[in-house]
Amino acid sequence: MALNEQTAKMSVQEMIAKQKGKKGKFWVEKSIPIILFLIASISVLTTFGIVFTLIFETFEFFKRVPFLDYLLGTEWLPFSNNEPLYGILPLIAGTLKVTLIAVVVAVPFGLASAVYLSEFANDKTRRVIKPVLEVLAGIPTIVYGFFALTFVTPLLQQFIPGLKIFNALSPGIVVGIMILPMIASLSEDAMTSVPKSIREGALALGATKLEVAMKVVLPAALSGIMASIVLAISRAIGETMIVSLAGGSTPRFDGDLTGSIQTMTAYIVQVSTGDAGYGTTIYYSIYAVGFTLFLFTLLMNWLAHAISKRFREEY
Amino acid sequence: MVKLNVNNQNGTNGNKANQKVTDSGIVYDTRQLNLWYGSHHALKNIDLAIKENEVTAIIGPSGCGKSTYIKTLNRMVELVPSVKTSGQIIYRDRNILDADYGVEELRTKVGMVFQKPNPFPKSIFDNIAYGPRIHGIKNKKTLNEIVEKSLRGAAIWDEVKDRLNENAYGLSGGQQQRICIARALAIEPDVILMDEPTSALDPISTLKVEELVQELKQNYSIIIVTHNMQQAARISDKTAFFLNGEVIEFDKTDTIFSTPSDKRTEDYISGRFG
Repeated sequence: MALNEQTAKMSVQEMIAKQKGKKGKFWVEKSIPIILFLIASISVLTTFGIVFTLIFETFEFFKRVPFLDYLLGTEWLPFSNNEPLYGILPLIAGTLKVTLIAVVVAVPFGLASAVYLSEFANDKTRRVIKPVLEVLAGIPTIVYGFFALTFVTPLLQQFIPGLKIFNALSPGIVVGIMILPMIASLSEDAMTSVPKSIREGALALGATKLEVAMKVVLPAALSGIMASIVLAISRAIGETMIVSLAGGSTPRFDGDLTGSIQTMTAYIVQVSTGDAGYGTTIYYSIYAVGFTLFLFTLLMNWLAHAISKRFREEY
Repeated sequence: MVKLNVNNQNGTNGNKANQKVTDSGIVYDTRQLNLWYGSHHALKNIDLAIKENEVTAIIGPSGCGKSTYIKTLNRMVELVPSVKTSGQIIYRDRNILDADYGVEELRTKVGMVFQKPNPFPKSIFDNIAYGPRIHGIKNKKTLNEIVEKSLRGAAIWDEVKDRLNENAYGLSGGQQQRICIARALAIEPDVILMDEPTSALDPISTLKVEELVQELKQNYSIIIVTHNMQQAARISDKTAFFLNGEVIEFDKTDTIFSTPSDKRTEDYISGRFG
């Protein structure tokens, strides 16, 4: 009670002055930014650490295998006893086959879903479809993997008699299904953020809803759409479980989609789960392949940036 | 000003050609129009006959229904879910509120300029060419002519003729608004609706738009909603005063501003409320 009486007599300014006298607050103000900076640095340092390890071990690999043999070689036979061959092109071919099929599946379906959700669907429909898409994005990739192997492949074999158990087509389609929600959801966000007033401007000129969607909203949202597609491609390139389970392990440099393949990621899995000893050429080869994979995603990000800058319609 | 008959290339009749100019010269005849947003009765028994080739101003305090009314004239009001209407709006002998009246057809003939400039995030050229293009005009030379003519018509040609390929968003607010007017002119509409077109502009840009309205009325019927009573007095031939969803008074602008017949009109224009 005595305290209350005392504070009651003080003016607010006096109370503030009294609080200021406490030293602790000063040090908290000073030290918190430093602590936050250190925490933020951890993720940056980790990134640098990973890249440096990749580069270092990759360098070790190229001491044993000539760079041009790696870059231009069309045969990947690391387990061969007499003469192992380390030509990356078959693994790149495997990755590109799967990615290409995935993009062919995911881009048209993803964009169509996005246009529908943002321009045509009413609130009720949107409230049903969006969560379903998000569930699709939340399915573990291992589940997608055996879905490809045990369901999609047998289904496709009904239509394509020559299709092998392990092939590029089935994992490609399933990777496409996996990245579809990403394209749909991010593109929809980009389209929804196009101001309503711009749509009204087009409608007032006698444009139909479809014309507004295709000729105003889509171009205006293009940078966001491109970003979503490239992010999805990056994921497709880096996808591992689906291609390991359903793609097989036969690195081949050709255009065949019906036979067994091996992607860069699947090779890394094969070696990591196998019994290649530390310090062997095979051990170092996974770093070289990993670094190549990293360059691919880096290239995709750079490409996305360049394209969206070129095509951007500012609003 | 000679009109290009651009719509003929689209296979439809030129819009001026198929208009029956009635003796009365009425472009929009509103009869017993009622409009509800859900349960809110926003327009009550509106009767308004708007003449062609005149500037008709609609004034009134905020929330009086003037914007709602002008948006009903090209049925943009339907973008708000839960809108219900009754009554008739006769435009060129047909009731536009009929379910089988195509809104795209209506909006091709009735252009609109909005409160805030809303150019497309495209080049100046593409902004103007958008309307003709969606209506099927593809010929590059024709489009060039339409774009130049529309920009001249909106009194902005000299300011933008060297930068037609630049994004319209690089222009000032006043220039953007005139681009939006040019965009509406590009499909050579019959009527131009303006919903407070100068409320987001500075005084000089406002003056330019007002001068433009004076020129445009020779070829177009213009209906303009405005908060600014001096503006209504300066540029319009007729003025309608709206209050609480009703038309209180509709007469020659001179009459409204000098000898209004209703006490409420007098109170509003003399600044006693609103």
